[in-house]
Amino acid sequence: MTSQSAFLDSNRLVYSGAAPSPSEQARRARRWGWLIYAECRLRRMKAYFGTILVVALLYPVLYLAAMGIGLGSLVNSGVGGIDGVPYLVFVGAGLLVSTIVTESTNEFTFSIMAGFKWEKTFYATQASPISPAQMVIGEVVGVFVRLFAQAIPFWVALLVFGAAPSGWSWLIVPIAAVAGISFGAPLMAYSATVEDEGYQFAFVQRFIVMPMFLFAGTFYPLAQMPPYLQWVGWISPMWHGTQLGRIVSYGMENPLWLTVVHVLALVIPIVVGVALSVRVFTARLMK
Amino acid sequence: MSVIEASGLTKTYGELNAVDGISFEVAPGESFGLLGPNGAGKSTTMRMIGGTSLRTSGSLTVLGLDPELNGPEVRAHLGVIPQQDNLDTELKVRENLILYGRYFGLSHAFLKRKADELLEFAQLTEKADEKVDNLSGGMKRRLTIARGLVNEPKILLLDEPTTGLDPQARHILWDRLFRLKEEGVTLIVTTHFMDEAEQLCDRLIVMDHGKIVAEGSPASLIKEYATREVLEMRFGSERNASVVSQLEGIGARIEVLPDRVLLYTPDGEGALERVAHVGLRPVTSLVRRSSLEDVFLRLTGRSLID
Amino acid sequence: MKGLAAVYSGNVQAVIERGFRVIGNQNWAIILSGFFEPVFYLLSMGLGLGGLVGVVTGPGGQPITYAAYIAPALLATSAMNGAIYDSTWNVFFKMRFARLYQAMLSTSLGPLDVAAGEIFMALFRGLLYAIGFLGVMGIMGLTTSWWSLAMVPVALLIAMGFASLGMAVTSYFTTFQQMDLINVALLPMFLFSATLFPIEVYPVAVQWFVMAMPLWHGVELMRALSAGIFTDATAVHLSYFVVMTVSGVAFTTRRLRALFLR
Repeated sequence: MTSQSAFLDSNRLVYSGAAPSPSEQARRARRWGWLIYAECRLRRMKAYFGTILVVALLYPVLYLAAMGIGLGSLVNSGVGGIDGVPYLVFVGAGLLVSTIVTESTNEFTFSIMAGFKWEKTFYATQASPISPAQMVIGEVVGVFVRLFAQAIPFWVALLVFGAAPSGWSWLIVPIAAVAGISFGAPLMAYSATVEDEGYQFAFVQRFIVMPMFLFAGTFYPLAQMPPYLQWVGWISPMWHGTQLGRIVSYGMENPLWLTVVHVLALVIPIVVGVALSVRVFTARLMK
Repeated sequence: MSVIEASGLTKTYGELNAVDGISFEVAPGESFGLLGPNGAGKSTTMRMIGGTSLRTSGSLTVLGLDPELNGPEVRAHLGVIPQQDNLDTELKVRENLILYGRYFGLSHAFLKRKADELLEFAQLTEKADEKVDNLSGGMKRRLTIARGLVNEPKILLLDEPTTGLDPQARHILWDRLFRLKEEGVTLIVTTHFMDEAEQLCDRLIVMDHGKIVAEGSPASLIKEYATREVLEMRFGSERNASVVSQLEGIGARIEVLPDRVLLYTPDGEGALERVAHVGLRPVTSLVRRSSLEDVFLRLTGRSLID
Repeated sequence: MKGLAAVYSGNVQAVIERGFRVIGNQNWAIILSGFFEPVFYLLSMGLGLGGLVGVVTGPGGQPITYAAYIAPALLATSAMNGAIYDSTWNVFFKMRFARLYQAMLSTSLGPLDVAAGEIFMALFRGLLYAIGFLGVMGIMGLTTSWWSLAMVPVALLIAMGFASLGMAVTSYFTTFQQMDLINVALLPMFLFSATLFPIEVYPVAVQWFVMAMPLWHGVELMRALSAGIFTDATAVHLSYFVVMTVSGVAFTTRRLRALFLR
């Protein structure tokens, strides 16, 4: 134990008088709370930055080498490519978008529940001038930045593998990040309602994310599936994102109306998801 | 002018009146306690003060502001130390202070220095780069309190500040809080520990089932609702109830608990002699000063810690 | 290492009994959900992608459908994933957060009782999934030999190999971040072990690397059983897992004190 004299001057340490006035603190928080929160969200990722980095750098290479080249050799010898391009090019855009959407799932399930239940960080934040709505916006912005950053090395891998011939292919980076949020924002609203230990997230993983990855046009065109299963694609942000990704990565032909549908199908869930999340966060934190 | 004014403050959850029309005022620099058992409505009251729980009815102002309408402004004045530590385990000790300060719109330049000062204050300087998980319970608590001070608040809300701490850690904490009080900081403390309320609070309200059952300084409450001393006797669980008739008239008042008999009297030793005189031999006996525990027992007929 | 008596009290059944009690309390949908993952893969890849791939070369050089090609591999992968999950994440969680083992080991149970009981429970779940998946294969007409029934015990052998190894590895881990590395090791194993396409598409050096990995042997073993066509290599694959299991159990037993008594 430290001796008594070691903290004689503790009051001076606590009240320096250098802090801005409470009204100034409140003014800043009202205005910039969402951005401050997003910044903090990103800094907290430092704890698992190693994993993010390994996934961001290793997964593109693994997936492209296995699915693009390995599996591609079977497909190309079977039907000679898809949509007029080698299988590697077709599947590359799908793998990028689906990987980013899957990563988004991780950020919007357990970490949201932990903030309410295990670590109660949302309650801690709530004791500051930051509002629940600002937390929601901050979550979305913070994760968006992460997904955007993570999509960049994957896009570079596409280029290196020769899987993104179009000059517009860089646009797949923001598309994938938006698709991630499009799935993540409504998921966040749901995660914020979870009161128990979160076993529901195993269901989300196994009955939503996994089927989306497998059945929503990542590995083959939606038309390859029986018509009664194609709705899986239509309701999946992964599919809409993947299709937009293919348009920019190799110039897939797509009617204008359908492209508009893809864009709307990504944007609307974000708006709805954020609005719902604000309601759920506010209700739960203000209880 | 009062720092906090509550009038008819009520919070209901469905059928349950968690807080049931309480009124109180807190003066600047005062150390104000909310005492009561679990579920009495203390934490809910605290959260309403911070504007993080919406009241059902009644009025409440903090520095003249309504926390529901001016949440950010009110909370910028407050340091909140919750009952359960909600430290960010994904951040290191020092980062916890800095990022929490960011929520108050404070600059990195300010926070870098501030964090060092607070670590010093909380005696955690050597742990600055540790993970939160590696801290002991007492250290986590001190870090939570240091975090609540990051915006240099003049009002501190402390919800059960020392629950779960060992005696030594509690005394260190009380010492810290006492120093803040000397600085002129207003402390609002909920507790179900008598000794804590007696150590820290100038004035307190005793709450039960969401209502205020008594109000005053610890000394005045003890004076009003208890005698100077208490004689605690154990006769064995079978006999505690049956000896009461023989004890009649020895003290000012008798309370029979399942495991012991409490005899309220100005003179404990004298009472013990008189007990021996009527031919009773308690298995154990103890004379002590009355405490807020006795006040609560008197007011509600129940013990504070169940 | 001290004698066996120091780590074993001969009371595994108490741990197993608790395991079954937990299954009884658990949400059955959760247990059932584990069965769907390989089935989804089989439907998506086997049927959807199979339409594009057409016919591939199966065991013994005979042409088989793509679904029949990947199904045995998916069963092997599922056995691996389940066993690894139970012996790493599950063990780690129970130790660090639920503090379950702490309570168990403060009774007369020894670490070996706990480890053996947990592995038994992992194998029991693996057994259920293997039977279920074999049923799906049967319904889809992807099994052509009675030998395919032997895929169930072999799935348990694969699971046993991975579970014993997984527990030993977990004894070295201290944080959740390190646990993430396990997934990083499993994914390439799944992607490259001749699960979805033959390894011949890669350079010889890569092939040798893949053939050193356990999952490849599991996949080849399953594939041979599903078709009932065996070669000398089949004995090698089988021995690989026997050796892996025996050394895994020995390794884990050595590490028990480090794993549980920290």
